[in-house]
Amino acid sequence: MTRTTVWRALSGVIALAMMSGAPASAVPAAKQIVLGGMSIAPMQLTVKAGETVEWVNKDVVDHTTTEKNTAAWNVSIAPGKSARVVMKKAGSFDYYCRYHPNMVARVVVTAPGKK
Amino acid sequence: MKVRLGLIAGAACLAAMPATAQNTKPNDAQIAHIAYTAGVLDVEAGKQALAISNNAEVRAFAEQMVKDHTAVNDQALALVKKLNVTPEDNATSKALTAQAAAKRAELAQLTGTAFDKAYLSNEVAYHKTVNGALETTLIPSASNPELKSLLQTGLKLFQGHQMHAEHTAKATN
Repeated sequence: MTRTTVWRALSGVIALAMMSGAPASAVPAAKQIVLGGMSIAPMQLTVKAGETVEWVNKDVVDHTTTEKNTAAWNVSIAPGKSARVVMKKAGSFDYYCRYHPNMVARVVVTAPGKK
Repeated sequence: MKVRLGLIAGAACLAAMPATAQNTKPNDAQIAHIAYTAGVLDVEAGKQALAISNNAEVRAFAEQMVKDHTAVNDQALALVKKLNVTPEDNATSKALTAQAAAKRAELAQLTGTAFDKAYLSNEVAYHKTVNGALETTLIPSASNPELKSLLQTGLKLFQGHQMHAEHTAKATN
């Protein structure tokens, strides 16, 4: 094994070691909303523009998270799965589940820098 | 007219339940059977709609009914097994089943828009009456807390379906 080959092998190991920590840091932090027991919790969530909201479906039936007024988002979520949406615009967004329209809640998005 | 009469009879069937239960409150085994039967009957109604309707929205609604009620009934079966309760057939379950069979026979005579309208209006009425039964009789009578909790979730599911059926009926008019 030449010195170059050893160096390449070592680089590979180092790269892999660095990558192993990558997934956790690569996935942006998200504020979570739980769909469970045919209810949404919390009923209102406040985030800053640019932040990610994650809906987790803990029920045994499909749900959607569907923004009501501007069609800002509309995502189906299978049982046990989750879905993420980046909140780009500031505003108050009412959403519901298209399959179970009695499930309603709100995401309030504040301008970046505002509390 | 036939459809309207069927709806009234269907509503009467469940609406009559609290009266029959005045002296004999249903036990957990009977409640489990009634709730499970209500789910099975809506699955059958959904399957009939999928066999007859060509309307995309009606079919999507029917598919959801089949999927949701099957999933919740699987959950109910797992619970009764865990609780070691054997669902017990009873007069209400029998009446529900007979009424649903009559309704399916009625709907089988229809096609196209006539079927879609009748199916959706029956879905609204059916979910409404089951919700009433859950609220006034089944949930208050359930003694096991886990069964009660499942019924409470079932009520929210049925209420959601009722709203969805109303929305679909409006959209397909």
